[in-house]
Amino acid sequence: MDSQTAATRSFFLVFSCTFIGALAQILIKQGTAQLGEHHLHLTLGQVAHRPELFVQFSLSVISNAKLFLGYCLYGVMTFLMAAALKGRELSRLYPIIALTYVWVTILSLFLLPDEHLNFFRSMGIAFIVGGVSVLGLKK
Amino acid sequence: MRTPLSSIILVLFGSFIGSFGAVFLKLGAEYMHGSLKRIFSNYWLATGIVLYLLSSVFYMMGVAQGQLTVLYPMVSIGYIWAILWARLFFKEPFTRAKIGGLAAIIVGVALINLGNA
Repeated sequence: MDSQTAATRSFFLVFSCTFIGALAQILIKQGTAQLGEHHLHLTLGQVAHRPELFVQFSLSVISNAKLFLGYCLYGVMTFLMAAALKGRELSRLYPIIALTYVWVTILSLFLLPDEHLNFFRSMGIAFIVGGVSVLGLKK
Repeated sequence: MRTPLSSIILVLFGSFIGSFGAVFLKLGAEYMHGSLKRIFSNYWLATGIVLYLLSSVFYMMGVAQGQLTVLYPMVSIGYIWAILWARLFFKEPFTRAKIGGLAAIIVGVALINLGNA
């Protein structure tokens, strides 16, 4: 495989990763919303006194289908990303990775209740995507 | 509906913890050679993974309430810590691109918070 093909391949791999990662975020949000507040309000102090609370919490996380699937996707995404980036210049891929913020926003608007976009939020996303994109530049 | 400040703080705290996870994973990766047994007894790596798990607990507590269009962009603040730790622990230099990028990220996060008001 020549270097051009390899570069194109890792480009598409990272591009798909941003989609998978965004989908994982939506599932994790839906899952935590299902679990509800009382399951998630676990202070470090409580856990220090009763470590079994943390086990209980972890069990409720992995027995929630959306959280389970969300974190599986997240794991797959991390693995693919590592494979795509191995031995590669990360700097040129930052602009693609930054797209995750765009996908999460778009998917949230379509798939989650009570989400909306306004001028400030859109500008905020634009600044974040721009900021993350330039992080890897050499100068 | 407004996203509660407590949710924003939990997500920010999660990404702060996660940035230390990245430091330990990198330390672990530097010592990662040889057998599978060596990998499993790599304490840097183990600490990194534990920190990541911990950070995801805070993240979950954060996103349980509020809007993802506000909360997810907060994760980008993690880049500030990552770049700071890279400078401190791995002597990776600050570049103009990093400083410019971080400034843009901070403005972006501030705008998202304005959009939440």
